[in-house]
Amino acid sequence: MAMLELKNICFTAENEDGKKDIINNVSLTLNEKFIAFTGPNGGGKSTLAKIIMGIIKPTSGKIYLDGEDITDLSITERAHKGLAFAFQQPVRFKGITVSDIVNLASGKKLSVQEVCAYLSEVGLCAREYVNREINASLSGGELKRIEIAATMARGAKFSIFDEPEAGIDLWSFNSLIKVFERLSEKVGGSLLIISHQERILNIADRIIVIANGKVKSDGVKADVLPDILKSSACSVLTEKEN
Amino acid sequence: MALDSIQKNLLKEVADLESIPTGAYNIRSNGGLHSRNVTANIDIVTKTDKPGIDIIIKKSEKRERVDIPVIITESGIKDLVYNDFYIEDGADVIIVAGCGIHTVDSGDSSHDGIHSFHVGKNAKVLYYEKHYGGGDGNGKKVMNPTTVIEIDQGGSMTMETAQIKGVDSSIRKTSATLKENATLIIHEKIMTHGNQYAETDFNVDINGEGSNVHVVSRAVAKDSSVQKFYSVVNGNCACTGRTECDAIVMDKAKVLALPGLNANDVDASLVHEAAIGKIAGEQLIKLMTLGLTEQQAEEQIVNGFLK
Repeated sequence: MAMLELKNICFTAENEDGKKDIINNVSLTLNEKFIAFTGPNGGGKSTLAKIIMGIIKPTSGKIYLDGEDITDLSITERAHKGLAFAFQQPVRFKGITVSDIVNLASGKKLSVQEVCAYLSEVGLCAREYVNREINASLSGGELKRIEIAATMARGAKFSIFDEPEAGIDLWSFNSLIKVFERLSEKVGGSLLIISHQERILNIADRIIVIANGKVKSDGVKADVLPDILKSSACSVLTEKEN
Repeated sequence: MALDSIQKNLLKEVADLESIPTGAYNIRSNGGLHSRNVTANIDIVTKTDKPGIDIIIKKSEKRERVDIPVIITESGIKDLVYNDFYIEDGADVIIVAGCGIHTVDSGDSSHDGIHSFHVGKNAKVLYYEKHYGGGDGNGKKVMNPTTVIEIDQGGSMTMETAQIKGVDSSIRKTSATLKENATLIIHEKIMTHGNQYAETDFNVDINGEGSNVHVVSRAVAKDSSVQKFYSVVNGNCACTGRTECDAIVMDKAKVLALPGLNANDVDASLVHEAAIGKIAGEQLIKLMTLGLTEQQAEEQIVNGFLK
């Protein structure tokens, strides 16, 4: 299991209206198998996840991975240290195939069977997808699943999934949850999942509610989930029927 | 006549040939004939009125390949050649052309190839054309290919052109006319760097009902290079036409795309897509999260784009 520590992380964005605190002094030590970030839209979940990956540089604060200060490391260096990131809205590439991206993610040359195995895990009929370009011909849901497959292929010790459930309505939730369970078993790393979905929060060892750039509540499922479900003031959960 | 190592390298670059091919071929070197071979179904005849050759392809049991590479290893050569391809009704052929220039001094060299294709009824042509410049000489390597295509009823032609490296200046003109139920597919890949200039000019007349044209151009312009893309598709009947022009612009390069669609018939269905821009930051970030450096990510994106 990996241990990720955030110490006094702040992020202030500047726009024409002046400065806005997006993340306000967040300190967390994350060393569970399944960690979930939840909370209202615009509360800072994705920003915090991007700060962990190095995509956004915090205004102040420190980040440690297994005790090593990674605050000033680039995205690439963090990837080599064992961080992985599945984007909420995966990017499209003209000319780069599904097979290319899974190979790049794994960091080695995989056989077609190995690539197919990852695609099958996310419910894609592998033979139809392996040589397809990651371009506009793929639907949002297909892209999302390819993103998850590529993140699995990374085999990182700390994998972040930003709203993996969005757009996968054609695929069952149970399958997605199984993917996370298998990934955890296989790699033995930690998974940080940003989600609004009760069924995903249900498998989390620890749920952290982030609102207004701060940790609003933090604890095991039994303590945090009932409060979230009760809370009608902020629509933390936007459960949709799938 | 044997090939020297530079000639061999040029052949590999433009035609993917390790040595002299076994089937039909015509190798032109430094403005003259180097060697030729014909087969029962593919005849190659030297023109008598102007420089160049006629290539006559008969219908055969199975698809044959003919290689027509041009290699230039001397500077100061101004090569002009007319090649006419006569693909008889029902024939099926792969034609590999291409031009490689390798010079080591400051003299300019150029090759202007004018290729005319007469694609017969229900004939099928797969045409590859690759342009490459190499060598340390600072003489300009100039290539101006002109392709004229006529496709008869039910015929089809797929043309893959690539200019990836070392060509200082090129003006590529392609024009085509299609009869009923004919198909023309063109894939063009161009990468320019330094101060290179590349211009592409497509002009297609779709005259026959049920015919279809699809042009895909992918271009990468680096450094201070300049590229221009002009295309006009004239849909003169019930037909379909589609052009796609995508370009990645880097550094101080410039790209102009001027696509034109001309629907001269109410049932002509014509589509154009164009996108020009730098590499998207989010694409770089995605590949960096997979462990690639920014430079590796850039190379991956460019290579994929031109694959």
